[in-house]
Amino acid sequence: MQPAVEFRDVDVSSSQGTPILRGIDLSVEQGSAVALIGRSGAGKTTALRLVNGLVRASRGSVVVEGKSIERHDLVALRRSIGYIIQAVGLFPHRSVYDNVATVPRLLRWEEARIREEAERLLGELDLPLPIYGRRFPSTLSGGERQRVGIARALIFSPRILLCDEPFGALDPIVRREQQEAFVRSRAQRPTTMLFVTHDLQEAMFVAERIVLFDEGAIVVDLQRDRFAASSNPLVRRFLESARLPQEAS
Amino acid sequence: MRSFLEIYFVEIVRLTIEHLLIVIAAVGTAIAAGVPLGIYATRRRRPGRLVLRLTDVVQTIPSLALFGLLIPIPFIGGIGARTAIIALILYSLLPIVRNTVVGIDRVDPFVRETALALGMTPRQMLFGVEIPLALPAIVAGIRIAMVVGIGVATIAAAIGGGGLGTLIFRGVAMVDTRLMLAGALPAALLALVADAVLSLVERRLARARGEE
Repeated sequence: MQPAVEFRDVDVSSSQGTPILRGIDLSVEQGSAVALIGRSGAGKTTALRLVNGLVRASRGSVVVEGKSIERHDLVALRRSIGYIIQAVGLFPHRSVYDNVATVPRLLRWEEARIREEAERLLGELDLPLPIYGRRFPSTLSGGERQRVGIARALIFSPRILLCDEPFGALDPIVRREQQEAFVRSRAQRPTTMLFVTHDLQEAMFVAERIVLFDEGAIVVDLQRDRFAASSNPLVRRFLESARLPQEAS
Repeated sequence: MRSFLEIYFVEIVRLTIEHLLIVIAAVGTAIAAGVPLGIYATRRRRPGRLVLRLTDVVQTIPSLALFGLLIPIPFIGGIGARTAIIALILYSLLPIVRNTVVGIDRVDPFVRETALALGMTPRQMLFGVEIPLALPAIVAGIRIAMVVGIGVATIAAAIGGGGLGTLIFRGVAMVDTRLMLAGALPAALLALVADAVLSLVERRLARARGEE
């Protein structure tokens, strides 16, 4: 089976020519969940944005579903890729329902089908359509907004799901609830997922494979259970920082 | 006073309507030209800045001087309402163009990013996201253009442009305070009403977009 996403020796430079990613090789199996972790500025977000063409490689090739990104119709490709970011980016002038209906309408689904899917998905995410459908983003809590963003990205059953710190702005308890709701929703829909986070626990929770970025390069790429056993110093530091203080004493 | 109103009532009403029509024609044209110009300015930064500079320069020319400058120009100049409307269009362009640019630039970059990432074409993003979100700012620009236009249009009477300025200038020539007020009061009232109505529209649009 061809990989869903493949990076072959990819470099990315900023518009000023500063290197952001160097020699990235990565192959993501269809249906698998991969977490991209690393410190701020390590290049993980840039790697994610290569997949839907928001960022262009300055060298090497990005292959999505067996076809080079240059040969994809980007508008059509993006309508098959879910995209969830920390800032959510809900349309403030559209209701919850209209936000969730964005991509299905671009795909010209019938309204009855959109309503049915929205009702099911919003229900799963604890945002019942009759209560939340007509509300505007400004009236929602941070956690609710984030779940609307998730519903908007999942409703069209994207083949690939890109997540960039989706729970980064939430307090720890809400964060855990959101992660659980998210994992439950994704379980209903077999998609390939790339998930950017700087939180190792979150990475372990949502993905089965962990890719560690540092200074624009991949330093470790291991399955979840083997990642914890890695002797790489940066991995050790991530593991240390995830541990609670009382465990250390 | 009663007899004064009896004599002038019909003329005051006629000139008020004329005044309003001149301003609406001018601001309407300025919207039709200024909003696309503003959108263009957000797409092409370099020529966009030039457009803003030009409208800025026009704005700094004193209104009576602008009328004077336009009169000798063939086809668009001359004495009468046409020249007045053209001068008002030029004045209205700046607030409309600038507010369109500001409104579109102020759209949250993350909203723009997700619109793109969800597969909207540039056109769908413009009409579905950027213009709707810029609308309160655009309406604010129209409001400024209307209020300024109603004021400047009173001066247009000096070049035969008609409107309520006619009464003011006649009042000055005849040293008749009542005539001056017959022009000035309705003009001031028009400006206040236009400002109030458009403020209301602006606030409602902003509220529907989750702004305070």
